[in-house]
Amino acid sequence: MNWITKFIKPGLKTLLKRQPKTEEGSLWTTCNCQQLIYKEDLHKNFFVCPKCETHQKISCRDRFKIFLDNNEYEILKTPSPPDDPLNFVDTKKYIDRLTAARKLTKQDDAIMIASGKLKGINVTVGAQNFSFIGGSVGSASGEAFICGVQYAIDNQTPFIFFSCSGGQRMMESSLALQQMARTVLAVNELKKNNIPYIVVLTNPTTGGVSASWAMIGDILIAEPKATIGFAGRRVIEQTIGETLPDGFQTAEYIKDHGGIDLVVSRKELRDTIGTLITVLLKKNKTTSIEATNENQEDLKQIVEVAS
Amino acid sequence: MKSYLEFESDIKVLEEQLDKLKDPFNNEGLAEVNTEKIYQIQNELDQKLKEVYSNLSRWQRTLLARHEERPRAKFFINNLFSNFINLSGDRQFADDKAVLVGFGVFEDQSVLVIGQEKGDDLDSRIERNFGMMRPEGYRKCIRLMQLADKFNIPIISFIDTPGAYPGIGAEERGQAEAIARSIECSMSLKVPNIAIIIGEGGSGGAIALASSNKIIMFENAIYSVISPEGCASILWRDPKKTLEAADAMKLSAQDLLDQKIIDEIIKEPLGGAHRDKNALLNEIKKSIRKNLKELSELSREDILDHRKQKFLFIGRKKGLIKDINSKDKMTIEENIFSNIKQKINKNKIVIPIAVALAVLISLILLYL
Ligand SMILES: [Zn+2]
Repeated sequence: MNWITKFIKPGLKTLLKRQPKTEEGSLWTTCNCQQLIYKEDLHKNFFVCPKCETHQKISCRDRFKIFLDNNEYEILKTPSPPDDPLNFVDTKKYIDRLTAARKLTKQDDAIMIASGKLKGINVTVGAQNFSFIGGSVGSASGEAFICGVQYAIDNQTPFIFFSCSGGQRMMESSLALQQMARTVLAVNELKKNNIPYIVVLTNPTTGGVSASWAMIGDILIAEPKATIGFAGRRVIEQTIGETLPDGFQTAEYIKDHGGIDLVVSRKELRDTIGTLITVLLKKNKTTSIEATNENQEDLKQIVEVAS
Repeated sequence: MKSYLEFESDIKVLEEQLDKLKDPFNNEGLAEVNTEKIYQIQNELDQKLKEVYSNLSRWQRTLLARHEERPRAKFFINNLFSNFINLSGDRQFADDKAVLVGFGVFEDQSVLVIGQEKGDDLDSRIERNFGMMRPEGYRKCIRLMQLADKFNIPIISFIDTPGAYPGIGAEERGQAEAIARSIECSMSLKVPNIAIIIGEGGSGGAIALASSNKIIMFENAIYSVISPEGCASILWRDPKKTLEAADAMKLSAQDLLDQKIIDEIIKEPLGGAHRDKNALLNEIKKSIRKNLKELSELSREDILDHRKQKFLFIGRKKGLIKDINSKDKMTIEENIFSNIKQKINKNKIVIPIAVALAVLISLILLYL
């Protein structure tokens, strides 16, 4: 340990603690590994900690930016059902939680849908922002998902969804629960139209989201170490009265139990999914020589991932 | 031994008095039945029952929905269907005894019956895992729902579960996937399916078998995204705030009917379903008969579409949306008023501007 880590970093840490770490002015941020990371390094590394490889939770816009060709995407307008249909109040008003989440994330609700290109192929992409009330699903998220599916059907594009949620939004109660049936209904339409549906399960994907649209993708991919499951860790521990093993409900564990197809790190998602949809849509021959080269690299990666 | 809920203490006292009076030999020296006194206490009891039960809180209904003596799925299966044969297994791993599935006959009509079963006594409760299904249970249902679809046989499910089982094995064998597939299967059936929530409709574990053309609830049943205890401990950080959580979540049958999530409520006898199980049977029979008849008039394709439209409609307010019945699109087109309303809600600045504009216009009008 040199003097910089000994003195300057703790100093910086206390400085940072006084300000919210998401503040735009600060150049530094932290990670689960307690290390200070230069923000620009983190962004360049697809929001994956350069020190410990933790895949950090990201906003919908950041997700679209790092995933789509030339960082270009167009946000689709999704319907806005009435806010707070049940006038829900717990220790706080739901409407105040919504206002705060909107201010924090600059999103209308947890799910956003975008269109763009992946390896030259038009795709419709959806993502969930965990910073918006834990990525929870209510009417607005349900409508956004359905809207995204309809857009993919209308435009005959693959539908790729990045899930990140603890489950349904309690403040919309039964209306939130019904989104499980409503979103699955939409997926059925997608499948009827033979449109590829790929789900990327990111940390965390649990509860009503994993038990509805997220686990019925044609192909299921997870980011490394993502928590994936139905019941929360604490609920299981309380029920069975035991502490759970360390790796329980991680992406790798689920893959070992046959629950998902692939675990792919964030920087390789573009290549892996790009290759998958190229092959699924049989666009192999139409690609240019450069792209073909790229494809061969992609295939190599697939083989590596698969092995 | 009867069991009473905490809000039934007055009722308990009266019923015990009544039982003693009706059985005078238990009391020393009394050999004659005091009919006058019995009559008086019976009246008092009826009055008390009416008083307590006409004004139940949502939390009290939750307790009733979980009442030990509440009739279970097995009771309804035994009393409503003939020729019921219970079928087992998911053909992959195990047979889940938390759910009963089998073909049977309802008034001369073949049906598939699914029933989440909590059990009646401690032994059967343990055997049935308290009605908490594991992945193989959902997979057994999927297997048999597909069979019913193949033979064009309607499906009736009785919902009564605290939720899907949270355990290590269940997670390893894909609890989430099993529930998702069960919804997927229910949503793609071309035969009518009717779900009757008889007790607890516990979240994902319930909707997995309640994604149906018709959802019917018993008057004191509940249907919610999480238990009041769970909600209270997460949002209030105090598991004792169940009363508040139950109210906030609006989980009663009437609430769900108001939200247009369920289609119908079956009235229970005064004091709850367990006080007169047989009276309830007639009401259910009527309801199943009516709903099967209504749905039998639809073609296979229309049954699928009926279910799809029903669920797409949930949460979409009529009047503010045009074109809700468009069959080829799932999305809604919002009309101009709903957009303006949303903008006002989201952007408080719009209100003063609108008010200023209105004042200005009225001034101009006055001047003219
Ligand atoms: Zn790190």
